[in-house]
Amino acid sequence: MKTETRREHFEPPSIIGNILRRLHIDIPLFIGLFFAALLSFIILYSAGSQDMGVLYRQAARISLAFAVMISLAHVNPYQFKRYSAILFGIGVFLLIAVLVMGEIGKGAQRWLDLGFFRFQPSEMIKLTTPMMIAWFLADRPLPPRPKQLLVATVLILLPTLLIAKQPDLGTALLVASSGAGVLFFAGLSWRLMMAIAAAIAALLPIIWHFMHGYQRDRVLTFLNPEADPLGRGYHIIQSKIAIGSGGIYGKGWLGSTQSELDFLPESSTDFIFAVFAEEFGLFGCVGLLILYLLIIARCLYIASQAQDTYCRLLASSLAFTFFVYVFVNIGMVIGVLPVVGVPLPLISYGGTSIVTLLAGFGILMSIHTHKKRLSR
Amino acid sequence: MKDNSAEQRVFHRRLLVAFAVISLLTSALVIRLVYLQIFGHERYASMAKENSVKIVPLVPTRGIIYDRNGKILADNTPSYSLELTPEQISNMPDTLHRLQKLLNISDDKIDSFQKQYKRQKRFTSTALLLNMNDEELARFAVVRPYFPGVDIRTHMVRHYPYSELTAHVIGYVGRINENEMKELPIAEYRGSTHIGKLGIESSYESQLHGKAGYAEIETNVQARSLNTLNETNPETGASLYLSLDIDLQKIAYDALEGYNGAVVAIDIKTGGVLVFSSRPGFDPNPFVVGITNDAYKALESSQDQPLYNRALRGLYPPGSTVKPFVALAGLQYDAINAEQKLFCPGYYQLPGVTHKFRDWRKGGHGSVNMNDAIAQSCDVYFYRLASMLGIDRMYDFLKQFGFGEKTGIDLVGEKSGLLPSRQWKEAQKKQQWFPGDTLITGIGQGFHQVTPLQLARATATLANKGQIVTPFLVDRIVTPNATLPGPQTHKGEIPLKAENIDAIVAGMVDVVHSERGTAKSIGKNIPYQIAGKTGTAQVFNIKQNAKYNEHDIDFKLRDHALFISFAPAHDPQIAVAVIVENGGHGGSVAAPIAGKIIKQYLKNRQ
Repeated sequence: MKTETRREHFEPPSIIGNILRRLHIDIPLFIGLFFAALLSFIILYSAGSQDMGVLYRQAARISLAFAVMISLAHVNPYQFKRYSAILFGIGVFLLIAVLVMGEIGKGAQRWLDLGFFRFQPSEMIKLTTPMMIAWFLADRPLPPRPKQLLVATVLILLPTLLIAKQPDLGTALLVASSGAGVLFFAGLSWRLMMAIAAAIAALLPIIWHFMHGYQRDRVLTFLNPEADPLGRGYHIIQSKIAIGSGGIYGKGWLGSTQSELDFLPESSTDFIFAVFAEEFGLFGCVGLLILYLLIIARCLYIASQAQDTYCRLLASSLAFTFFVYVFVNIGMVIGVLPVVGVPLPLISYGGTSIVTLLAGFGILMSIHTHKKRLSR
Repeated sequence: MKDNSAEQRVFHRRLLVAFAVISLLTSALVIRLVYLQIFGHERYASMAKENSVKIVPLVPTRGIIYDRNGKILADNTPSYSLELTPEQISNMPDTLHRLQKLLNISDDKIDSFQKQYKRQKRFTSTALLLNMNDEELARFAVVRPYFPGVDIRTHMVRHYPYSELTAHVIGYVGRINENEMKELPIAEYRGSTHIGKLGIESSYESQLHGKAGYAEIETNVQARSLNTLNETNPETGASLYLSLDIDLQKIAYDALEGYNGAVVAIDIKTGGVLVFSSRPGFDPNPFVVGITNDAYKALESSQDQPLYNRALRGLYPPGSTVKPFVALAGLQYDAINAEQKLFCPGYYQLPGVTHKFRDWRKGGHGSVNMNDAIAQSCDVYFYRLASMLGIDRMYDFLKQFGFGEKTGIDLVGEKSGLLPSRQWKEAQKKQQWFPGDTLITGIGQGFHQVTPLQLARATATLANKGQIVTPFLVDRIVTPNATLPGPQTHKGEIPLKAENIDAIVAGMVDVVHSERGTAKSIGKNIPYQIAGKTGTAQVFNIKQNAKYNEHDIDFKLRDHALFISFAPAHDPQIAVAVIVENGGHGGSVAAPIAGKIIKQYLKNRQ
C-alpha cells in the first residue's frame, strides 16, 4: 500500500505523462533517447550532404525502432526469462544457417534472406546472449562458481565466434561484452576475472593467426596509421583532422569542411562522430557524452531497482553494452582504438542496429514498469 | 543456496564499480578530445583549412600483355577528352553553343553534360567529349585560345589490337563496379577505374594492376590544388608474356571461318598453350570504355553466341576422338591385343536385345585389327572393346587423362565436362547403368562431354607418353625488378607400356597417312608424320534404320566435326584439338584446320 501512495505522489500531473506510463514507457529514458534521435537528424542532415532522402530513411528506421521498443516494454520480463534459452538457441541456429549459406554463396554473408525480408541474426543475438547468460545464472547461487563460469564462457563464445567468422568483428565484440557484462554483474570474483584476462592475453597470438587479412591490416593501421595513408590509415588521419580542426566551439552546423570535401569517408555511418566533433567542437562532444552518460546512468538505476536476479543481470548488462558501443565507436574515430565496424549508437545512419538497440531499451523499460507491488 | 540479500549487496557494489569505470573511460575520451581539439587544434585546423594536405592517388600503368614472340596483345593507348571547368567559363551556354557548332556535338551529349557538371564542384572539370579523334583534336587546337576553361585531357585506355582474335583469351577490363570495390584492397585501387573482368586480364589482375602511388598536394579551403609536397611514384603492373602464338591463333581463327567452333593447340614439352581460339569472338575494346546497351544485347542475343568461350566452356561429346584412349585402355588392361581381329558387319547387337548399334559405314569394315579400327574409325570394333572393358575400367582409365575434370589452366570459368560412370548415373539420373551405355561411351557418344581444352590436353598427354601435360597461358611475368615464371606445374605420370603407346600412335598415324585413313587429305607433302584421330559428334539421335543424309538436314542439326592430332608423330611437339560445330565429318572440315596449324608451327622450327 505504501508504494501505491508513493507512486501517486510522484505521478506527473500531465495527460501525456499518464499516457506514457500506461504505455509502459520510462519517461527519463525516453526523453534521453528522444534527444539522441533528434541529434541524429541534425547531424545526418549535415553529414549526408543535406540529402532529405537520408533523413526520410533514417526517420522510417527510428520510427520502427521506437515502435519495437514500446512493444517490448509491454511484455512482462517474466516472459523474456521464460523464452531466453529458446530465443538464444534460435539465434545460434540462424547464425550457423547464415554461415553455411555464406559458404555456398560468396564472401561475407550476414543476412538471412527469408524471401519477404532480410534478417540479420547477429543483431538478434546481441540481445539473446545476455538474456541467455542471465537466465543461466539467475536461479543458481551467485557469485558464479568456476563450473558455471565455464558453461557461461562456452555460451558466450559460441555466438561470438560464429559472428567473428562472418566476419563482423564489431558485432562479435558487442556480443562478447554483453555476455561478459552479465558475468561481471553476477559478482564473478575479481580473481577469476584476472585469470580470464590473462587467458585472453595468452590467446591473442592465436586470434591473430585466425584473423582475416583486412582485419590484421586494421590493427596494424591502428598502431601506425601514417604507414598506409591511402588505405585504412586514411580514415583515421582524416577523422583526426576533422575533429581537431573543430576546436572548442566547432565550425557550426553545416560548417564541416572535411566531410563536405569528401576527405572523410563513411561520414554518415561509422565516422559520424568526426563530423559532429568538427561542427560542434569540444563543447558539443562533451554534451553528447553527457547525454550518453545520463542514458547509461538511468539504465543502471533501472537495474538497481529491478526485483529479481534475472532482471538485474539483464538490465545492467544492456546498460554496459550500450556503453561499450559508445566507447568503441568514439574510441575508434578519435584514434585510440582500432577501426572495427561499430556505429555510433542512436546517431549513425542506417543499419538494423538501431532497432536492436531500442529493443534493448524496450526490455529495460519493461523491467522497470512491470515491478510487482511489494508489500513489505 | 541462494542468499538474496548478499547477492543484492554484491550487485549494487558492482553497479557502482561499473559506473565508476564508465565515468573513468568517458573521461579518457574527453581527455583525448581535449588533446585533439584544444592542443592539436591549431595544427589540425591548418591542415584542414588554409592549406590542408590532400592525398591524391597516382594510378599505376597496367602491365602489357605480349604473345610468345613479343607481339602486343593488350596495351594502353592515350585517349583524349574535352573537359570544361565551370568556374573558368563566364558564359556556359555560349561556350557550349560554340563548341557544338565547331565539333558537331550531338544534343544528347550537351544535355548529359549539363546534368553532370551541375553536380560537380565548380573548380572540377567535367568531360563533354570522350575519345576524341584526330580531326576533332586538330579543330579544337586551332581555336583553343578563344575557349578559356576548356581543355583537352589525356588518359590511358586499355586497347586490344587483335580485337576478336584474342577476346576469349585475354578477356578485357571494365569499370570497377560496387561489389568489386568492396573486395578490392582500397589502398592499391584508390584512383583506379578499371579492373580485369574476363580472361587473362581477370586471372592476373593482381599482377597486371601494379601499385598505386600517391602525391601529397597542398590545397586551399576549396580543395584547389596549390603545390605538390611529396610524391611516391606508382609501380607499373607486371607485363605478361604468354605462350600463345598470335600468328597461329590467327590461322586457326581464319580457318574456322564460316563455322562456330574452337581450336586449342598445346606445346607438348611445356604445356604452354599456343592457340586458344573460339569463334565467333567479339571486339573487347567497346567493353573498356563501356559498351552501349544495344551493342551488348546484340552480342548476347546473337544465335552464334560470340560471348561464349567455346574453347574453355563449350561441352561436346568427344565422338570418335575418344577411340585412341579406349584402345589404349584395352591394351593396358590386356582386354585385347593390337593384332587381334574383330569382325565388323556394320552393326552390333547386345545378346538378347534387338536394338542395333550401327557403324557409321553401312556395309561394315569387315575384319579389322586395332590399327585398322583406329585408322578407319570402326565403331563396331569399339562397341565390342568397350563391352570387354566394361564402364568401370573405362572410367578409371579415361579419368587419368583429365576427362571430366578441369585442366587447371590459368583462366577463370573453366568447365569440367563430364566423364560418366556407374555411380554418376545412379546419383544424377536415378537410373542404373545399362550395357548399351557402355557401348556408346566406347565411341564417345552418350553422356561423355569434353571441352576443346580438355581434348587438347588429353591428346598432349597421350603424345607425351603418359606424362601429364597441364596447359597454361602465361609463360612469364616480368616486373621492373624480376622475371617470374608462369604457373607451369607437372602433375605426374600415367603408367603406360611403351609398346602399347606405339601401337596407338601407329593407328593414329594411319588416320592421316594411310590410304584408308579418315584424314588422309592433310598428310601429303610433309617431311614428318602427323598422328591424328577424326571424330563426329551427333547433335541429335537418328532413329533406328533412318537414313542420314547431311545435305538434307538443317545446318544447325548437322553433326559436330572433331579432330585431335599431334606431330611429329615420333617426336611430338604440338598437340591440336579442333571442334567445328555443325561441321559434318571430322576428316573433311576439322582435320585441315589442325593441319594448317601444325604445318605452320613445324615449318618455323625445322
